[in-house]
Amino acid sequence: MIDSQTRLGIYERMYRIFRTDTEMRGLIMAGKVSVIYYSARGQESIPSAVSALLTTEDTITTTYRGMHDTIAKGAPLNEVIAEIIGRSGGTSRGKGGIMHLNDPRCGVMATSGIVGGAVPIANGLALRAQMTNSDAVTVTYFGDGASNIGAVHEAMNMAAVWNLPVLFICQNNEYGEYTPRMESMKVEQISIRASAYGMPGVTVDGNDPDAVYAAAETAVARARAGEGPTFIEAKTYRLMGHVFGVDTMEYMPREEREAAVAADPVPAYRARLLEDGQISDSELAEVEAKVDQEVAEAIEFALASPIPDPSDLYTDVYAEVVPA
Amino acid sequence: MSESKLTMVQALAQTLDQALERDPDVFLMGEDIIDPVGGAFGITKGLSAKYGRERIRETPISEQAIIGAGIGAAMAGAKPICEVMIADFYAVCLDQVANHAAKLRYMSGGRTTVPMVIRGMLSGGLNFAAQHSQAVESWMIHVPGLKVAMPSNPADAKGILTTAIDDPDPVVIFEPVALYSVRGLCPDGEHRVPLGKAHIAREGTDVTVIAYGTQVPLALAAADQLATEGISVEVIDLRWLQPWDEQTVLESVQKTTRAVVAHQAVRRGGFGAEIAAVIQENLWGTLRSPVLRVAGANTPVPFATELEQRHFPTVDSIIDAVRRTNT
Repeated sequence: MIDSQTRLGIYERMYRIFRTDTEMRGLIMAGKVSVIYYSARGQESIPSAVSALLTTEDTITTTYRGMHDTIAKGAPLNEVIAEIIGRSGGTSRGKGGIMHLNDPRCGVMATSGIVGGAVPIANGLALRAQMTNSDAVTVTYFGDGASNIGAVHEAMNMAAVWNLPVLFICQNNEYGEYTPRMESMKVEQISIRASAYGMPGVTVDGNDPDAVYAAAETAVARARAGEGPTFIEAKTYRLMGHVFGVDTMEYMPREEREAAVAADPVPAYRARLLEDGQISDSELAEVEAKVDQEVAEAIEFALASPIPDPSDLYTDVYAEVVPA
Repeated sequence: MSESKLTMVQALAQTLDQALERDPDVFLMGEDIIDPVGGAFGITKGLSAKYGRERIRETPISEQAIIGAGIGAAMAGAKPICEVMIADFYAVCLDQVANHAAKLRYMSGGRTTVPMVIRGMLSGGLNFAAQHSQAVESWMIHVPGLKVAMPSNPADAKGILTTAIDDPDPVVIFEPVALYSVRGLCPDGEHRVPLGKAHIAREGTDVTVIAYGTQVPLALAAADQLATEGISVEVIDLRWLQPWDEQTVLESVQKTTRAVVAHQAVRRGGFGAEIAAVIQENLWGTLRSPVLRVAGANTPVPFATELEQRHFPTVDSIIDAVRRTNT
């Protein structure tokens, strides 16, 4: 069994993501902020477990629905939330938004709004680690929809040929925007595509943090040992649909949604930790109280953060500031 | 500094060798670039034997993966030089170039940067037909975040590439294959062409011809011909297309009052339209003729030589345009 401190850490990350997302949705529903928001509610387990195996030297790329990946990797909550609401205190000074979160200090190198677009970039990050004899690994998170786009296939092939230290982690939430997965692909298990490129692939229950951790542990060890890439398909579900607040989710069958809500991975993991007996309710409550405070302060910071200065339109286009 | 007479191929080969030697973070990625072939045009011959196949890295035919790998490596501290074998293939990886490389600095609020170079070959005029003959610089110029250049001679090929390698932003360099075997004096050591700096290739007083790439030697030949008719043509070789040397161009046209822009690329929506707009915005009362453009026909490039020759501008096209600025 995974040691209890690691599992507590996983739960803490899951809870942090869950609380942040809950607060964000609250702000939007209350009309306090008006931004396009892609909720990752329901997918917390995956990056929370994987991040337990990563350091700040390891890098990730992710997608527009990737705030959970960014938070789990350790990006400061106040800056992440400020970025999501477009303020100058955000990770990109308000110029990226939720689709372009980044924090190079903790290895969040690129978030792509182009489906699958950051997967080839992950290869480059891994290549640099390989060429500098570092044992750092790169995790690239993408969805089931992205697993059909050409760039992902090119990247998988190249990673295998070059034996790159990359984890291709497909967060299969069964929907690409408004289209069910099985209307977009013929194969039931996405991970079988891995063998087509010459790398190992595995499918796990992405809502079981311990299972994700186990698969990722093997993959990270392989990568660090110079044995190359691994494909992990982590099966999960989007509890809030595509764009939060806009999506009525009518294309997602009601029984399916209800079952997913009932199987909510966050309280489920909490219950399991208690059941397994190594962690007490008061330890969990302490973590939760700490995170509640952290999230509240982060929201306060974000709401108080100024909107970007008009001159910021023209900065960071190039290294030099250019006029209109 | 001492110079040698080199072809553009030799100048580029030398530049890459010198950069690889000087800077351990520089490495190359592209299709077929390793020895013994050393690239579709032989530019990287000898490099993989000298620097190894990690730094001279052959890739699968996967432009999106190539550019993406360059982006990621650059973000992590390397200085990759990627190759797009034929510029038309940029269409295959335009997402990586335009949506990622060009924008990551901006989208990250300046926290991540992409100091990479991409070299692409313009293969027009060589019978390669429609999908291997396009000049696509306007695609790149139109994307804020990219720097763009096109040399017309060996020394500038070296100077632009050297400058680009050290530039903190993604630089897209277009090399005209039709000029690859033309010799020119090239400095032997480290040589740079400052970002955004044009070169006045020939001084004149009656009309300014702004050109780049293959059109520079054509413009110079046209100027020679027109000189015998008493028309004095100033030829500016832009070299850098984004940023471009507006100051040098405007000073010249202020002096001559007439301007012609010449590029190999298709006329419609070409960079010449942008240059012409900037000239007329700034020199409206001074110009004594509309700014005229000499450019490729608004067609795909045909295969048959007789047709292909009609697609691209010639010396006569430039001469004709210069004469029309005086009517």
